Amino acid sequence: MKIAVCIKRVPDMESRFRITGDGKSVDEAGLKFDMSDFDGYAVEVALQMTEKLGQGEVVVVSLGPDAVQEALRKALSMGVARAIHLKTDRVPVDGFAIATALAAELRSGGYDLIMFGKHAMDSMNGVVGAMTAELLGLPNVNSVSKLEVAGGKGTARRELEGGAEILEFPLPAVVTIDEGIARPRYPSLKGIMAAKKKPLESKPVQLIAPRLEPTRTELPPERQGGRIIGEGVAAVPDLIRLLQTEAKVL
Amino acid sequence: MLDFYNIDSLLSEEERAVRDSVRRFVDDNVLPVIGECYVEGRFPKEIVPGLAELGVFGANLPEEYGCAGLNNVAYGLIMQELERGDSGVRSFASVQGALVMYPIYAFGSEDQKRHYLPKMASGEIIGCFGLTEPDYGSNPAGMITMAREQPDGSWVLNGAKMWITNGSTAKVAIVWAKTNDDKDQRSIRGFIVPTSSKGFRAKDQKGKLSLRASDTSELVLEDVRVPADALLPKSGGLKSPLMCLTQARYGISWGALGAAMACFEEASSYAKTRIMFDRPIGGFQLQQLRLAEMLTEIVKGQLLCVQLGRLKDRGEFTPQQVSLAKRNNVSIATDIARETRRLLGANGILAEYAAMRHMANLESVYTYEGTHDVHTLILGQSVTGLNAFGA
Amino acid sequence: MPNVLAFAETRGGDLRKVALESVTAARKLADTQGGEVHAMLVGAPGIGARADQLGRHGADVVLVLEHPALAQHSAEVAAATVAARVKASGYDAVIFSASAQGKDLAPRVAAKLGVPMGSDVLAFQRTGGGIEVKHAGYASKVIHTLMLTASPAVLSVRPGAIPPAESPKSGRVEAVQAAMDPGSAKVVVKEMVPGRAGRPDLGEAPVIVSGGRGLRAAENFRLVEELADAFGNAAVGCTRAVADDGWRPQSDQIGQTGRTVSPRLYIAVGISGAIQHLAGMRTAKTIVAVNRDKEAPIFKVADYGIVGDALEVVPVLTAAVREAKKGH
Repeated sequence: MKIAVCIKRVPDMESRFRITGDGKSVDEAGLKFDMSDFDGYAVEVALQMTEKLGQGEVVVVSLGPDAVQEALRKALSMGVARAIHLKTDRVPVDGFAIATALAAELRSGGYDLIMFGKHAMDSMNGVVGAMTAELLGLPNVNSVSKLEVAGGKGTARRELEGGAEILEFPLPAVVTIDEGIARPRYPSLKGIMAAKKKPLESKPVQLIAPRLEPTRTELPPERQGGRIIGEGVAAVPDLIRLLQTEAKVL
Repeated sequence: MLDFYNIDSLLSEEERAVRDSVRRFVDDNVLPVIGECYVEGRFPKEIVPGLAELGVFGANLPEEYGCAGLNNVAYGLIMQELERGDSGVRSFASVQGALVMYPIYAFGSEDQKRHYLPKMASGEIIGCFGLTEPDYGSNPAGMITMAREQPDGSWVLNGAKMWITNGSTAKVAIVWAKTNDDKDQRSIRGFIVPTSSKGFRAKDQKGKLSLRASDTSELVLEDVRVPADALLPKSGGLKSPLMCLTQARYGISWGALGAAMACFEEASSYAKTRIMFDRPIGGFQLQQLRLAEMLTEIVKGQLLCVQLGRLKDRGEFTPQQVSLAKRNNVSIATDIARETRRLLGANGILAEYAAMRHMANLESVYTYEGTHDVHTLILGQSVTGLNAFGA
Repeated sequence: MPNVLAFAETRGGDLRKVALESVTAARKLADTQGGEVHAMLVGAPGIGARADQLGRHGADVVLVLEHPALAQHSAEVAAATVAARVKASGYDAVIFSASAQGKDLAPRVAAKLGVPMGSDVLAFQRTGGGIEVKHAGYASKVIHTLMLTASPAVLSVRPGAIPPAESPKSGRVEAVQAAMDPGSAKVVVKEMVPGRAGRPDLGEAPVIVSGGRGLRAAENFRLVEELADAFGNAAVGCTRAVADDGWRPQSDQIGQTGRTVSPRLYIAVGISGAIQHLAGMRTAKTIVAVNRDKEAPIFKVADYGIVGDALEVVPVLTAAVREAKKGH
């Protein structure tokens, strides 16, 4: 069983973000980075799958400048067998450009399953997985909250508004991972040491010209909160009144 | 945590990854239960398997013995993160790693190493370190626990040890005893004593107001017989246990910083959100003075530790250097915990906040592993060449 | 071609509200260039009856694909058919909702057409160079403005961002064929799992009552449900902590890795307000918080806060809401 997981290195979302001087993007200076949340779940799912089967290999892939190797090494320290770094100057916002580069790399890998997080925490587009699947001509299920694989077939659950659907599909396939499926293991200290010795291949790739680009990034207006109207049950009548007359939501 | 001097840039990616893994573990497994454990007076032993799986025990010992094989800066960061949780939790790991696994590694036979170390790394065998006695704390050379060699090569041990972390839950105790007469400190040797041995008793010390989330016991050995292969063959003289203490003290220098950082974070966060006289208390000069002092001492302490760790990794460090770091970092940590307690006002006496628990714990850390005063004299002797210990 | 194609989402034979939003959005875009709006409707035989609703909201043409096998949505068939239509007839833009179905369909279509797309857009406008879109990023802490210069412009629009507006056009029905045999789809829906009856989805509910660890035990979520019932049209959400503990299903989780919601009223009960959670609900119009700890971060974003034990306050609030609703 060979599984590829595509991951992205993103800033820590607990940070207070600042905008660059040219107003175009988030200022990365001083930020701490890590593997994007959903990508971590995907890596965990992949590892659990191969552990349960008692065989198989998990490979992680990431596109971007040298710094993304940190996220690849984190995956290696979780137990992934090897890593592939597709080296570019920067990570484009254009998901089709990313998908094109990933598809070119993954096509000949002989993977039974290719996984992505449902979206990257910074770009929040959720398109690269589905686009990569299309380019590879592989069956695709997105935003799965449960996943099982047996006998060359997969079964997945997708949450919908007010319900869910259960889908079946043949392998090889591309799946993107949602919340609720697994929490990533902590890299053990031995895992961190072992990661250094695992193969990490870096290859430069050419990106197609981007056709989606940021022109401006802004912070949304701050909420003016902070009004405590009272303590305990005594405050309830005032709350009702304010919701009716001021907020007009009741 | 505010990294005011970008200490992260002095750490390798691995060292940061180790720190982050342990930090996450502590956040998820220690912080949610530790206040309660402290009040109840129990060590959260349910975290031991998780700690073992993470690879925390004997983390700086070699991979061939089932350990993580980390460098000493990474080891220090582990202690820092554990003590950010609680000094009692870090004490557990210090004892297991530096005071039980280390002596077996440094003074044990190959058989002993292969038999014990992997099982101690995996948490299957928990150990304790029996050096201190009821009347011999700062002066371990005066110990009166005796080990008499028998005609068949076995040993019979008699004596009592006190203030032993993990004592009542340990499967083995590394007991230090004199093998000649009770005045001869050169005859001190180390023994691996199974706590199930006939004549071995461990009793929890009750009534502690510090390190409450930690097992502290008295050990009594009454004609405890151990086979010849229980002796740590390369041990000899007071130097042996002191070498172990140097390892533990190194970890404690980092650990104390963890406690200081936990308190500083609590203080800063509280200062920014607690409103009094219509504004956050962090806007008042006296609170800013507290926070500025805390930050300054933490930064100094961090730089001390990183350099000490690098020296240790190069094989260049000395026990006197460790004394300076332990003495300084524990002292500033006790101040920071106390000042945090005060900044928190009335809330600061609640177990819901970490400050007073750290404050109480750090009093033990101030006293154990060489009291503050003992390290003062070690440094004094180092500077002047003159022994002021009074002996 | 200045025409715009909108995919009209259906479920169980009915149009979902987001279908009308997509057509409205397409109308808005088509009007800037004097183009037509073509809406695509896919489903079991009989789905074509929904065409006139689409016409009322601005569709000049409704492309109807009816097939017994398509009583169940198939992303493969829908994507193939939309892409084939775009390639054959040429559209300036293709619009989907960023609903669960739309987010799944849109990138497939974009990739089949060899173009990037504007995902989950909050607003859009045509400019000289292409389509300029607004999109939330960084756990919804920033708003990006992006230029999409590809043609056609494929967009998915955040549900609720473009309210449906009537703009009656002919809605002329045109039957279309599936671009692939539905029987040959590789991914098959084995089962539809119905949601909890009687509650709107978190993404659609005007009121959300949400609970966290401050409720102390799973059983106490009963109080949250009763408050939601008192409002009548409310959904129930929760924090990641209680979902992880198994008190509530993961699908109820609101936050950075859960659902992002934007109701008119969000009532946070026993929720401390960790950044993880705020990321999912900070754009609610009115936020009410009930928490024992007056230092809890939730109070910083709440419009109205009550400091108190949720277990005491919520039942009283529920009774008061019932009273208030009776008066109407």
